[in-house]
Amino acid sequence: MAENIFESDVAVIGGGNAGLCAALSAAEAGASVLLLESAPAEFRGGNSRHTRNMRTMHERPMGALTGSYPEEEYFQDLLRVTGGHTDQNLARMVIRETSPSADWMVQHGVRFQPALGGTLSLARTNAFFLGGGKALLNSYYHAAAKRRVRVVYNAEVTELHIRDGVFESGIAMVNGVPAVFRTRALVAAAGGFEANLEWLQQAWGPAAQNFLVRGTPYNRGTVLRLLLDRGAEPVGDPTQCHAVAIDGRAPKFDGGIVTRLDCVPLGIAVNQHAERFYDEGEDLWPKRYAIWGRLVAQQPGQIAFSIIDSKTMGKFMPSVFPPFKSESIAGLAAALGLPPDKLACTIANYNRSVLPGKFDPQSLDDCHTTGLTPPKSHWALPIDTPPFFGYPLRPGITFTYLGVKVNERAAVKGIRNVFAAGEIMAGNVLGKGYLAGFGMAIGTVFGRIAGREAARGVR
Amino acid sequence: MECVEEGGRILTICNACRYCEGYCPVFPAMESRPQFTRSDLYYLSNLCHNCGECYYACQYAPPHEFAVNVPQVLAQIRLESYRHRAQPRFLAGLFGQSGKLALAASLVSAVVGLALSPAYGANFYDIVPHAVMAAIFGAAALLVTAALTASAAGQFTGMPKLNLPALARAARSILTLEHLSSHGAGCTYPGEHHSMARRWFHHLTFYGFLLCFASTCVAAWYHFALRRLAPYPYWSAPVILGTLGGAGLLAGPSGLYWLKRRRNTALADSSQDSFDVTFLALLFAASLTGLLLLALRQSPVMRPLLIVHLAIVLALFVTLPYGKFVHGIYRAAALLRYAIERNAGRQT
Repeated sequence: MAENIFESDVAVIGGGNAGLCAALSAAEAGASVLLLESAPAEFRGGNSRHTRNMRTMHERPMGALTGSYPEEEYFQDLLRVTGGHTDQNLARMVIRETSPSADWMVQHGVRFQPALGGTLSLARTNAFFLGGGKALLNSYYHAAAKRRVRVVYNAEVTELHIRDGVFESGIAMVNGVPAVFRTRALVAAAGGFEANLEWLQQAWGPAAQNFLVRGTPYNRGTVLRLLLDRGAEPVGDPTQCHAVAIDGRAPKFDGGIVTRLDCVPLGIAVNQHAERFYDEGEDLWPKRYAIWGRLVAQQPGQIAFSIIDSKTMGKFMPSVFPPFKSESIAGLAAALGLPPDKLACTIANYNRSVLPGKFDPQSLDDCHTTGLTPPKSHWALPIDTPPFFGYPLRPGITFTYLGVKVNERAAVKGIRNVFAAGEIMAGNVLGKGYLAGFGMAIGTVFGRIAGREAARGVR
Repeated sequence: MECVEEGGRILTICNACRYCEGYCPVFPAMESRPQFTRSDLYYLSNLCHNCGECYYACQYAPPHEFAVNVPQVLAQIRLESYRHRAQPRFLAGLFGQSGKLALAASLVSAVVGLALSPAYGANFYDIVPHAVMAAIFGAAALLVTAALTASAAGQFTGMPKLNLPALARAARSILTLEHLSSHGAGCTYPGEHHSMARRWFHHLTFYGFLLCFASTCVAAWYHFALRRLAPYPYWSAPVILGTLGGAGLLAGPSGLYWLKRRRNTALADSSQDSFDVTFLALLFAASLTGLLLLALRQSPVMRPLLIVHLAIVLALFVTLPYGKFVHGIYRAAALLRYAIERNAGRQT
């Protein structure tokens, strides 16, 4: 049984961005490090696999980042999306640390590139990783190997022995065989519980079974649950998750970026009764797409359909699944499984209420409806030019908000030698809403702190 | 047709993702195309340098159910594009058979050469008279050039209007192999970690080939214009150029073969191994026999060495239009098209 016992100074649970930043920092501070990743090597990295940038504070142009993005503006952006659900001290610390962290990332093999096509709105605020999040992870794993971090894949932690508020050891199922790990400090960087549909069902009821999970199937919240059950103080709304509307044909897990659909504001969205249910043109899509997960989740069967005509086809980022297509509304209704008469009626009503205007998908234009409920405030053009196109929409969960409370040393409140980084503690600073590239900022900054602090404790 | 469909499927996913945009020209070129026709895919496949960077970075690479493997599918499409454009048409089937063709050509010419040439001679031209050599290789060169020109012409149909900056840009890409360096880090070949090895071995091969070509041209000039007959002294231009080029063609192809053997098979098209290796083997063998001939030209083994060397060079010649050599022409044309498109994009 000797091979089933791991001993080292620090154990890191989770092999995503936060876990790797912690492992690298702990190893560089002189600690021997064990990293337990629940996924197999090919799917390592949690949801960081699907990321592509980090929101980064900078006072002047920095690398590929244009202009400046000062602390105060960054902080105000965060306040706006969270509605104040943030620990202001921790939030400001994360924001300030993103700048030096970008240099640290480069030292550990990460390469940056200019903002990608179709994402120019982020060129000033977000530093893009060359090749995306998986390339970043590959660099970190390479750096970790050089620093003799012991990485164990297929290792799902199932038990943590915590006595009198001190972590002593844990059990991980490694390829299905139990193994004990005994370390002097622990970094929990194991993500949230968004891939655990049973857990989500507690808040969402049976509807949760129809949710799609945009990221890794390995974020089942096991470590989060263990920590909360063993005395860690919780933070964040336990019922809430961040969900966007994605193509309904996406895989159940791990569909990532390509399943997004940007056509919603350009057409109308109907539920399975062919009824509209929300103002599709309320605001620019990047500011609105995060509410559409919830909107679709509230529809019967947790499904909706975005319908456009040939006038707007091709005016949005190409999507991965081809649209359903028909020369007639009735044909499209048949293809989408919608009641044809009702869909014809909904579209006719909508078309009648559209006022003339100057269509511009890039700005809040003056194309809107009158006397329609719900209204369409922008980009309202009649749907009258065949062929007609339809895309099914489903809620796609990105992350959950519930986490463990930490202090500025990344120490988990309630357990002395446990530190946390990444999504498992993101609720401290992002209690609500979403800010592009902020998850990677939290993971990187807190990962580095957690690794350093965990190593400090063992020397 | 199958690999073209698979390529279209994969690039549709890439086009919705775009994370690899910064790696190489394939992705920006892909994004500027509204759909992926067969000729678009032929172009993109020849723009790809097969470095593997996008595979390792891909969140959708196998075992993900989307099974995105850009280097592999583009390698398959690339071979199909060679076959599709090969001239004359009835010889297109020789693609993939270049190993057999080379073996047959070298054996036949070696046997014929040994049978017909005199048993003794003081120098090369006693064994194979210069007129015979010039006639055989001159004819082969003409046919090969005709076949290559005819198939390369397909690359230039629909090519946007040429301009000098684009030409300079493409020349730089070709001569420096900048797309095998991944912005200075080196490419992910043969494995996941960055390395400059493939770029340097390719440079040795490419410039070795050019030096040998230059040596032949200078020798022809000596012979026909200056009436200076071979063998040339060790410190003459043809011998120095040929020796340097020959050294490159020993080191380059062996290095490329060594890397190829270590290549991660998950992203290679292994059905093309013999296709690639044939060209490397011919370059290596031509160079090895050539250098041996230089060293042993005063000895009795000169005669068999000369025959074997000429046989291998002839085999190298006849397989040029139906083997790996064409990648140079197709990739150069793709890089030129890319440079023109990029320039045009800048101006609008």
